[in-house]
Amino acid sequence: MNPRKYLTVYKKFLHTSLASELEYKTNILIDLITAILSLIGSIFLLSIFFQNSGIIGGWEFEEALIIQGIYTILNGITNTWFNPNLTEIVKHIREGTLDFVLLKPIDSQFFISFKKINPSGFLEVILGIFLLIFCIKINQIDLNLSFLILSLITIICSICILYSLWFFISTTTIWFVKTWNATEVLRSFLYIGRFPLNSFSFSLRIFFSVFIPIAFITTIPSEVFLGLSQSWKILLEVIVTLLFLITSRKFWLFALKFYTSASS
Amino acid sequence: MVQNIIEVRNLSKSFDIASKEPGLKGTIKHFFRRQTKRLKVIKDISFEIKEGEIVGFLGANGAGKTTILKMLCGLIYPSEGSILVSGYLPYRRKENFLKNITLIMGQKQQLIWDLPPIESFYLNASIYDLDKFEAKKRIKKLSEMLEIDEELYIPVRKLSLGQRMKSELLAALIHEPNILFLDEPTLGLDINAQRNLRKFLQKYNNETNATICLTSHYMKDITSLCKRVICVHEGAISYDGKLDLLLKKLSPVKEVLIVCRSEDDAIKLENSNFTVKNKIKNEITIKIENNSITSSLKTILNNFDIEDLFINEPPIDEIIGKVLIKKDYDV
Repeated sequence: MNPRKYLTVYKKFLHTSLASELEYKTNILIDLITAILSLIGSIFLLSIFFQNSGIIGGWEFEEALIIQGIYTILNGITNTWFNPNLTEIVKHIREGTLDFVLLKPIDSQFFISFKKINPSGFLEVILGIFLLIFCIKINQIDLNLSFLILSLITIICSICILYSLWFFISTTTIWFVKTWNATEVLRSFLYIGRFPLNSFSFSLRIFFSVFIPIAFITTIPSEVFLGLSQSWKILLEVIVTLLFLITSRKFWLFALKFYTSASS
Repeated sequence: MVQNIIEVRNLSKSFDIASKEPGLKGTIKHFFRRQTKRLKVIKDISFEIKEGEIVGFLGANGAGKTTILKMLCGLIYPSEGSILVSGYLPYRRKENFLKNITLIMGQKQQLIWDLPPIESFYLNASIYDLDKFEAKKRIKKLSEMLEIDEELYIPVRKLSLGQRMKSELLAALIHEPNILFLDEPTLGLDINAQRNLRKFLQKYNNETNATICLTSHYMKDITSLCKRVICVHEGAISYDGKLDLLLKKLSPVKEVLIVCRSEDDAIKLENSNFTVKNKIKNEITIKIENNSITSSLKTILNNFDIEDLFINEPPIDEIIGKVLIKKDYDV
């Protein structure tokens, strides 16, 4: 694998997908407005939950906002990269255009995961970062190097887990052809990640940690922000991330052996 | 001696195909208990293709032409047998193998819909490790050959089907592959666009000595480009050889319309040894075998007073149509 080639190709991906999106200005504007309204709506919903008790699952409203911030960043990344690319896999397989991808001298997973970007998703990422900065202020979090490194590691892990899960589900399209619903279910589970894991019952906590690793996606990075996370949890998140990335990669390569291409 | 660039030995491919009974009951049954049956779509085929050859794959819809093409370019794993393309096992899709081949499908497109084709060309160039200078040079050369210029800068969605197909070809050939797999490249194109595309493919083959494997339902594509055809019938090869031999075999006679100067001459001709199809006044149509056409015409011109004559080739579509429904041709 030649990293320089992949960087050049990625630059071209960025250029072509930005140019494609900018062809439709109104669509971008609507997406931007939707992102702002969605964040306002989520914070409002969260404030309603906290209105009576003040504390849910041991988390105060100001602390829970951190989870909302991380969720917003992840949702932004989902809308910027995962949604435009990974939902296309289903289309590629149904219509047989995956043929063109597989016949290019480039890694097919890289090609289908990064070919497109949706620039309006960036706004959500920026809004999420602003919300986190605001949370750092109101929670009086001490900014130091280890805090920054650990936060970055856990957020990157969250992104990788989410990507692997989504990619894994999309890969099953090779057998099942249509799996739009499965990715929608995954997105719905991600909504749950806006709330602290402790606010759920024990059985649901186990479910969201083991089967759908929402705990790893939002709660652990938030605990790092608040200095509550133990080092074993962070290490576990890194291990889980590597496992997810390797499994989804192996699964993709395995699935391609069963690709039959669409009939002409 | 020209080397074999493609070698196929005892190749077979089977697919699991789901079958469903009609009606609501059948749909519900199909949803809960899907019945599949294993279908052998390619049956033990073997052939070789030499470097620089243009080979046409002929067959009815569903005969297995596209499946063969997809196995040759490495998209589908074979169930049995072996394939060697340019010394590589195609299904492993090694980088150097992929840089050597291209697949063009008339009914599918790889160009970015909302952008001018030139953007897709440069994207493909970066995937094939071409620098900007080299890419520019190749785009210029190919666009001249394809006779496209302004179209390069117009969004793909605004281009006509013919212009789009030319752009697809340019995108697929920017890395100068030496094996081209073309699956119905002229599908839906008008007569002029079809002719231009054929002209381009012939020129590309002459200039680069590229090997071309082509499937098409337009007989003109096959007759003007391919000296050799492989006929596929229900997944097996029914004929592999020269196209003109096949045509001679399938259509051993030509019809000749002779206009005599007088009706008497026409009667004289009618009573000679030739097989007469019909006669109207001084016009008579006779059937002559292909291998004796020159000598027969010489005899007619020497012995009868002839005003004009027309040799009618039987319609090629009609002849090839016979191939598509027959299992075996031994020429």
